Amino acid sequence: MRNYDLVVIGAGPAGMAAATTAASQGLNVALIDEQRQAGGQIYRNIGTPVLSDERVLGPDYYYGRELARKFSEANVDYLSNATVWEVSDSHLCLSIDGESRRIGFTRVLIATGAQERPVPFPGWTTPGVMTCGAAQIMLKTSGLAPNGPLVIAGSGPLLLLVACQLSRAGIEIAALLDTTPKHNYRAALKHLPGALRGWRYLLKGTRLIAELRRKGVKPLNGVSQLNAVTDEDGNLTGVCFRHNGTEQTVACSSLLVHQGVVPNVQLTRSLGAEHSWDELQQCWRPTLDTFGETSVPNVYVAGDNAGIGGALVAELQGQLTATRIAMQAGQLNAEAFAHMSRALQTQIEQQLAIRPFLDQLYTPAPEFLRPADETVVCRCEEVTAGEIRNLAKTGCAGPNQAKAFCRAGMGPCQGRLCGLTVSQLMAEASDRPVPEVGYYNVRSPIKPVTLAEVAGVHPASESLQADS
Amino acid sequence: MPTDSNFKRLPANAAAEVVIWVEGKPLKARAGESVAAAVLAAGLGPTRTTPVSASPRAPYCMMGVCFECLMEIDGQENTQGCMTTVAEGMQVQFQRGIRNVPEVEDNA
Ligand SMILES: Cc1cc2nc3c(=O)[nH]c(=O)nc-3n(C[C@H](O)[C@H](O)[C@H](O)COP(=O)(O)OP(=O)(O)OC[C@H]3O[C@@H](n4cnc5c(N)ncnc54)[C@H](O)[C@@H]3O)c2cc1C
Ligand code: FES
Repeated sequence: MRNYDLVVIGAGPAGMAAATTAASQGLNVALIDEQRQAGGQIYRNIGTPVLSDERVLGPDYYYGRELARKFSEANVDYLSNATVWEVSDSHLCLSIDGESRRIGFTRVLIATGAQERPVPFPGWTTPGVMTCGAAQIMLKTSGLAPNGPLVIAGSGPLLLLVACQLSRAGIEIAALLDTTPKHNYRAALKHLPGALRGWRYLLKGTRLIAELRRKGVKPLNGVSQLNAVTDEDGNLTGVCFRHNGTEQTVACSSLLVHQGVVPNVQLTRSLGAEHSWDELQQCWRPTLDTFGETSVPNVYVAGDNAGIGGALVAELQGQLTATRIAMQAGQLNAEAFAHMSRALQTQIEQQLAIRPFLDQLYTPAPEFLRPADETVVCRCEEVTAGEIRNLAKTGCAGPNQAKAFCRAGMGPCQGRLCGLTVSQLMAEASDRPVPEVGYYNVRSPIKPVTLAEVAGVHPASESLQADS
Repeated sequence: MPTDSNFKRLPANAAAEVVIWVEGKPLKARAGESVAAAVLAAGLGPTRTTPVSASPRAPYCMMGVCFECLMEIDGQENTQGCMTTVAEGMQVQFQRGIRNVPEVEDNA
């Protein structure tokens, strides 16, 4: 069986940069991604952009072209449409078109990025309610945009960006409901010095807000108690909320929601790597050394699944981790590594300077972290926040025990859309810190594969090279 | 094709057209897009109802996280519509209630 020196999972900025860097250092590299094209979330579909007007998505999107071009020229075995459903410290299993195979490696870099934070509120399962990220994906891959009355609700930089991109495309926004709690602004002030070091990001944010205002979209600030309104047939007809002490309803046929992004920890969790609770970002992240190695030797992480830093940080982290791996593989001497890594680390620090300010400012309102009792938190099994609270109050130890009692987290999404909420609700109800309550045990396969497919993984298909 | 879609197509670079079959009816899609996007563009749905309470659902995240887009695609149940690219002649069925259970008792 032929082993790769390095297998990278995820072709976003982190994965593309890592694979390109490692290959340039002479490593034998494969990169695997479940999308059709390299690009990740930010540069999705960058190989064949759909929209004829490039102003809609803006230059930050098309910046990805150069990254993707360099990656396509690198000496890397690239597998697209390939979903990794299991990984260990020496091999992984992936599925392409309903067939699985196994690939061996000396080292693996998990660069699977982020997902949007679950936004539980009454009515969030109604067809017509989607995430801002989902709308952006449709824009990037299909050139599709909401048609008819549109409301955008939530908090965070991506919310403003998507609102701007849609309005540039000529889409009317009936209301932009900003749920950022008012006290966040004061709390964020203590991080202002860092924010000023990251002034480029600040400027981008204020420009987005100014652009929206010019287009006549004035955000309603301090919105709370979001509620999707439906007719008797269950169709979305509007959104109800509180603003300045009064209850209001705005009619809409599309409601886009967003409360920031959180690391995708499915693969690192399934490996049993150590994770810690990030209080400021209100999410879990894998415990890493300075260069991205997890608590499991030879397993590395770079990009937004290491903790949210954004696309430019992801790219730099990909380079840094690949450089480290090249040194460990004996392709780079210690001196060259020290020189290269220092330069990258300085850039990463500069890019991260804005984060504490943004994280504090955009901490979701408590109603989205620990929703009211009647709110469904597990969409798959339709378990409410009240049921989870009751279990915690009656002495249920943690999310894994709760799973057995109420099936939360046992549906097809494997807890991706309820895991954070369940941990937070149980912590609140039993008056314990979140890390003590813990998270679901995540086991492979992390994506549904049929038993026949699992049984069909045989050693003969152990290398990508078998086909080439 | 239904016109009451919640989505519209913006001016786009040229791409091939692909015909897929959704619930037995032909649907024109843009080559390279996902089944979930094509279905939403046509205003079709809800794309599934839940096994627990038959509540209607439609694609939510479009990136493989929520599993609300589960459909039967070319005979394979529980396939993520947002992670599947349209292909000529593809057969798509929406999923109603429980899957993979041969017989469900009617306790009405
Ligand atoms: C929906 C969405 C939209 C976003 N849009 C923007 C934006 O417009 N601007 C911005 O600045 N930031 C955006 N972000 C933030 C984004 O996280 C970062 O900007 C950046 O994309 C992070 O880069 P990355 O390389 O860490 O991960 P990503 O770019 O997320 O790339 C991860 C890759 O891993 C692949 N992957 C994941 N799991 C598996 C698996 N099991 N098997 C195989 N492949 C897998 C995915 O297909 C993906 O291509 C967005 C985030 C989300 C979730
Ligand atoms: S729409 Fe969320 S997984 Fe497909």
